[in-house]
Amino acid sequence: MANLSYKDIGISAMAGAVPSNTINNLEYTEFFDKDIVKEIVEKTGIKERRFAPPHITASDLCFHAAKKLFDDNTIDTSEIDVLIFVSQTPDYRMPATSVILQDRLGLKKETAAFDISLGCSGFIYGLSMAYNYAQHSGVRKVLLLDGETRSRAYHPKDRQTAFIFGDAGIACIIEKKQDIGMSYFSLNSDGSREGLIKIDSGGYRNPSTKESLEEKVVDKHGNIRTDEHGYMNGSDVFNFVLREIPKNIKNTLKFANRELNDFDFYVFHQANNFMNAYLVKKLKLDQEKVPETISKYGNTSSVSIPITIVDRLKGMLSEPKELLLCGFGVGLSWATAIVPFDNCKVSEIVEVE
Amino acid sequence: MKIEFTEFKEAFMEAFELDESFEVKLDDEFREYDNWDSLTKLSLIAVLDDEFDVLIEDKDFSKIITIQDLYDFLIKIKS
Repeated sequence: MANLSYKDIGISAMAGAVPSNTINNLEYTEFFDKDIVKEIVEKTGIKERRFAPPHITASDLCFHAAKKLFDDNTIDTSEIDVLIFVSQTPDYRMPATSVILQDRLGLKKETAAFDISLGCSGFIYGLSMAYNYAQHSGVRKVLLLDGETRSRAYHPKDRQTAFIFGDAGIACIIEKKQDIGMSYFSLNSDGSREGLIKIDSGGYRNPSTKESLEEKVVDKHGNIRTDEHGYMNGSDVFNFVLREIPKNIKNTLKFANRELNDFDFYVFHQANNFMNAYLVKKLKLDQEKVPETISKYGNTSSVSIPITIVDRLKGMLSEPKELLLCGFGVGLSWATAIVPFDNCKVSEIVEVE
Repeated sequence: MKIEFTEFKEAFMEAFELDESFEVKLDDEFREYDNWDSLTKLSLIAVLDDEFDVLIEDKDFSKIITIQDLYDFLIKIKS
């Protein structure tokens, strides 16, 4: 059981960036009948998404978010001693994208930089790592970047996934914050269910071939994708969420010696509205305390939690607030965190052309 | 906990958004219903969890063909 706790570490600033290119899901009808699309949009609650144009990567979105964060907060970037980049859509297979960002952001060579390859649980994993580094006397500021271009990981002719995913990036600064109090993290994984959300080919187990790039019909409904596009067993992922997530939240509360109703806001991974609404109902949470961005950004994987904080809680985190965060998905991997906020400056979201 | 068939039928009809005039027959293969799709499947999973605290993994669900099969599966899990 990976239960971690930290004292007097916090997030002091946050910023987000999304591509300006906006997809209206109801009009995303090139490959599917209008009525089918309408039904999918109604059930998933995903009205709009942002798609990065081909020349924009996840690291570009993070770069713009970081620049905005530096500008708005007059951050002395020489105090950034650690840079963490969370993504499963990196720029290259090597080197690590975080290292490229160290130079691009003008950070010193004494910066520790590394990538974390996780999906929907990734922000909380990254945050726990940032808190871990920040507690050391030799680390002044940690820059946590989290970006995804998930729109490119799925095939537009596979209706199981074609209407769900979008692109976004965030940046935040983690550092010592006197008297902010305790934070708690629970980190989990189950590789036996690796096949529930997966891209089969294009890595080193099944390298790219001519065949792996060919479109093929993959089920009796006529959905089409290549072996280098993602697939998802939606119903078993839903089963996993119903089985594991309430349990994990309960265990985290027990570890922190807290009650479920103690928090100002509950920010969940934005999977789809059907799943999130059911989770809120099952946990008997007050809907008002559960901000969502699934309707405007779709599922942006690891970025969905922090982009929801930046978009929906901007202006509210300058006063003391306590948030419960929970991310779950590809891996399978899931994580819950209890994080206090105070005097945290949240920037306007940047639109990237 | 014993699951009455009327309770089960009500839950099933809720998941499929069927109105009362729709006649559900035990040997109906529910995947043949007009509104069966992956989202109806999620609704069914949610309703069965909510009403009966039962989760059905895909490997089991794929063997469930008729409404009778589904009811029998729930009875077996709960016994």
